[in-house]
Amino acid sequence: MNMAIVSDIFTIAAVSAGAFFFLAGTVGLLRFPDVLTRLHALTKADNLGLGLVVLGLLPRTDGLLSALKLISIWLLVLLGGGIITQLIATSARRGGPPE
Amino acid sequence: MIEFLVAAAGFILAMVALGLARVLRGPAEVDRMMAAQLIGTGGIAVLLLLAAARGVPAAVDVGLTLSLLAAFASVAFVKGASPSELDEAGGR
Amino acid sequence: MTTATAFNLGLAVLVMVLACWTVLARGAFAATVGFVAYGLLLAFIWIRLGAVDVALTEAAIGGGLSGVLMLGAAARLRASEALIAAETIAAGRRLWAAALSAVTALALVTSVLLLPDPAPTLAPAAAENAAATTLGNPVTNVLMAFRALDTMLEKVVLLLALVGVWSLGPDRFWGGRLGPRHRVDPEGMLVFLAQLLPPAGVVVGIYVFWVGANAPGGAFQGGTILAAMWLLAMMAGLTDTPPSGSRRARLVLVAGPSAFLIVGLGGLWLGEAFLAYPLAYAKALILGIEFAMVPTIAVTLGLLLAGPPDRSAQS
Repeated sequence: MNMAIVSDIFTIAAVSAGAFFFLAGTVGLLRFPDVLTRLHALTKADNLGLGLVVLGLLPRTDGLLSALKLISIWLLVLLGGGIITQLIATSARRGGPPE
Repeated sequence: MIEFLVAAAGFILAMVALGLARVLRGPAEVDRMMAAQLIGTGGIAVLLLLAAARGVPAAVDVGLTLSLLAAFASVAFVKGASPSELDEAGGR
Repeated sequence: MTTATAFNLGLAVLVMVLACWTVLARGAFAATVGFVAYGLLLAFIWIRLGAVDVALTEAAIGGGLSGVLMLGAAARLRASEALIAAETIAAGRRLWAAALSAVTALALVTSVLLLPDPAPTLAPAAAENAAATTLGNPVTNVLMAFRALDTMLEKVVLLLALVGVWSLGPDRFWGGRLGPRHRVDPEGMLVFLAQLLPPAGVVVGIYVFWVGANAPGGAFQGGTILAAMWLLAMMAGLTDTPPSGSRRARLVLVAGPSAFLIVGLGGLWLGEAFLAYPLAYAKALILGIEFAMVPTIAVTLGLLLAGPPDRSAQS
């Protein structure tokens, strides 16, 4: 009985923290002054936001396969998102792509 | 718990909606691409939360597909926005 | 108002706002980004409606491939984009177009809202006979057993679309390599991504195809993921597009519809009907056809997005 309550609290805490980082990322994307700072905010949502949501949902999965799926989603987003932000930053530093 | 997960999904969806404002405003194409990236990641988070809340485990598969396709689409966008830096069109 | 209703309402409003903006956006690039985001939101709506297979297809096609297709088209139109933007349409004609669209939308909405409750549907009949194929996914049952003819013809339509795209290239390049050559810094990050992501993507694609027998998924979604991974490798310059005259590519392209046709004619030959499966072998036949279709779909979609032949086969 205790385990269930503890895991529920863990899920609520982790998902709330993840949602907070999504908020931070979005606010950063909207309010920061230039491309590079906005990219920085964006990566927070990618890494921490999604990571904490995945962490919070892990106790609710049934079985190793579902848990592995959740983690692989996070890893794929990390990989893709990380590279994309690097590419965007490179093209932004070179004087910006055409508008 | 279910209500909380749906509420969290709704909250992140609201964040995605705010991110759309950046897609709408721009001003540069990079801004739109970054907003699309945020929408993709936020969308995956919403899908995972909905999967857990509604008991639709297949939604996780949709999230998995989305993570791959979002990376692919973002690469195409970055190449489309700045063709001269990343590649050159082949010769006729 | 429960959280679920609030969520649905918010989603609906968001989708409509985004759709309006996509129509009104200036510049092909902005509109394409809006369209991809719209596709993603549509995937949510399908899940809320309980249609996870459709959501999978929407995420794969609408979230990735359509956007890239439109970007490719926009790139080819870039030379004349100024001309297109400078064209002004008379206000009267715009009004007519708006009125026509509004009337069509209204007609659709009323016909959906006026559907008899419960709506006439073949779903119970399909569910009753689902045991015939012993597959767990009712959508796969409908696609591959009860309406297999539609599915086969869809693949033929895809092939026709591919031939149509190929016909857009100059005559002298018929049979040549497709699309531009991508030259990318071999030490760069794009190549890194294209080396790491496709292996994982191929595993996911095969998984999504395999799981389609008993859960949402299937050959089409799996093939789309494989096509996206192949295109990623092409865009990073790791592999060049095949020449459209390549015999191997053409063999793979016809493998899927041919498997369908062979099985269909076999059913006819056994005296039953076109595309009738003998009950004992139904599941094996269905899986065999899907197995042949996955490479076909992957190659067809990949070649569709690569573009018309722009270079000679030796370049």
